[in-house]
Amino acid sequence: MSKARSSFARSGFVHLALGGYTLLALFPIFLVISNSFKTRAGIFSAPLQLPSPATFSWIGYQTVLKQGDFLGYFQNSLIVTVVSIFLVLLFGAMAAFALSEYRFRGNLLMGLYLALGIMIPIRLGTVAILQGMVATGLVNTLTALILVYTAQGLPLAVFILSEFMRNVSDDLKNAGRVDGLSEYTIFFRLVLPLVRPAMATVAVFTMIPIWNDLWFPLILAPSEATKTVTLGAQMFIGQYVTNWNAVLSTLSLAILPVLVLYLIFSRQLIRGITAGAVK
Amino acid sequence: MTSIDLPASDAVAKRPVRWHIAVFLAPAVLIYTAVMILPLIETLRLSLFNVVDNQSIFVGFDNFKVLFGDVRWSASFWNALKNNLVFFLIHMIVQNPIGIALAALLSLPVLRLRGFYRTAIFLPTILSFVIVGFIWKLILSPIWGVAPYLMDLVWLKPFFGPWLGKPGSALITVSLVSVWQNIGIPMMLIYAALLSIPDEVIEAAECDGVTGWAQFFKIKLPLILPTIGIVSILTFVGNFNAFDLVYTMQGALAGPDGSTDILGTFLYRTFFGFQLQVGDRSMGATIATVMFLIILAGVSLYLFVIQRRIRRYQF
Repeated sequence: MSKARSSFARSGFVHLALGGYTLLALFPIFLVISNSFKTRAGIFSAPLQLPSPATFSWIGYQTVLKQGDFLGYFQNSLIVTVVSIFLVLLFGAMAAFALSEYRFRGNLLMGLYLALGIMIPIRLGTVAILQGMVATGLVNTLTALILVYTAQGLPLAVFILSEFMRNVSDDLKNAGRVDGLSEYTIFFRLVLPLVRPAMATVAVFTMIPIWNDLWFPLILAPSEATKTVTLGAQMFIGQYVTNWNAVLSTLSLAILPVLVLYLIFSRQLIRGITAGAVK
Repeated sequence: MTSIDLPASDAVAKRPVRWHIAVFLAPAVLIYTAVMILPLIETLRLSLFNVVDNQSIFVGFDNFKVLFGDVRWSASFWNALKNNLVFFLIHMIVQNPIGIALAALLSLPVLRLRGFYRTAIFLPTILSFVIVGFIWKLILSPIWGVAPYLMDLVWLKPFFGPWLGKPGSALITVSLVSVWQNIGIPMMLIYAALLSIPDEVIEAAECDGVTGWAQFFKIKLPLILPTIGIVSILTFVGNFNAFDLVYTMQGALAGPDGSTDILGTFLYRTFFGFQLQVGDRSMGATIATVMFLIILAGVSLYLFVIQRRIRRYQF
């Protein structure tokens, strides 16, 4: 019915609006990546053109890879992100299981306590976090970042995962108990595999803010050996404000991993947002 | 369906201490408490102390008095608070309505290329503030000339200016860049809410002849109000906690002339020190406490007032 009624003009308007905004969203990213492959003259004389044989050049990437320790930054970001996600998922799932599976005194209160952190940003505790990290000698270690990001990711992970764990069939778990399985075995062998899709969603949600964070690397781990990509790019670009080749190449190098991850996980991410928001 | 064993096993489990519950909860609760809750409390406590002659002394609310009233502090503080409010209002006026409009278009039935549009418009949201900040700094830079050239194509070139360098326009420009980056969040949440409206409701509306714009404003919009509430509170918390984009685009001094200074950058400079300014832990803790109270007030307002009122529209 409504399909027959929708006119050409209307669908034309819809595509014009969405297409126009898509252009606005993608154009800046495209502009930076395309110009990173040009000579300096090419960047300035024809910024909107694709690299041509006359303007193509690797000079920006050569500068960046020769002078910056970019691979090291990537490694740091990767370690911090992967370990934090692993801990958030493991500890978050364990706590979510305890909260959704067992009745005990203080259950509801514990759930609320853990949910507090969803709305209150951990950044506001920075003053005392830095003090604590200095006192324990963890400043300028990746461990400090991992601890902070694990604490930051736990509230949302517990919240989402306990919603999902309530839906795991009781019959299955009780069957396991009748067979004499321990509670740990039930959790790791029966429940965890069943909530795997929810874990993937939580992982994507946790990953983005960790990978992109500038505040904590800047304050807790600014040393050369522990810099993350975000902080490294920030400092590096700061030094090369006038070297446009290097700046554009640095930006492209920092965009690419996120872009690749997004293209792989975008369906998971979008499904997660839609599933979470419908609730 | 309940098995006969269930009450028995429950009774057996009740006697001994159920250690496994503690084991399951302990890691999450310990890390969360040690790294998040205790530092938050400690920060609130620190705001009541000051360091005099290397000794920490209890000063009550003196730090707050200094922050709100002392000439050395209050001008910067009220300026940062005002800018933060403007930053938030621009997001509410520009980001959320456009996000809702995009979501409404995306959720139209039989739309081609839906997946492509959705993925593309959400893409900037996953980039870091640092990248986004620098990209726009380059594009808006008068040296490169991409922005004036593009404006020339639509005969707007005379209106181009070094927006980031002028105190009057810098905050608006930075806010709009932040809107550009974050528009995917309201879009996706509202899109999900629109999809979850039952088909019967829409069909009933169409039977009554309510279609197009009227259908959106009279039927769909009231139904997605709860999600708009969530989007607003997320925007509020995110904006009053913002730091990275301003730091990247305008530096720690949040220039020109402090015109883009928000609470996040003010906290960073105070706590950490910058150039001639020496870092001050107590005042940093005081600013963090004020930010905490502002965010807490916003979240409470949402939870206890707005969300309850909105609930009535839900079906």
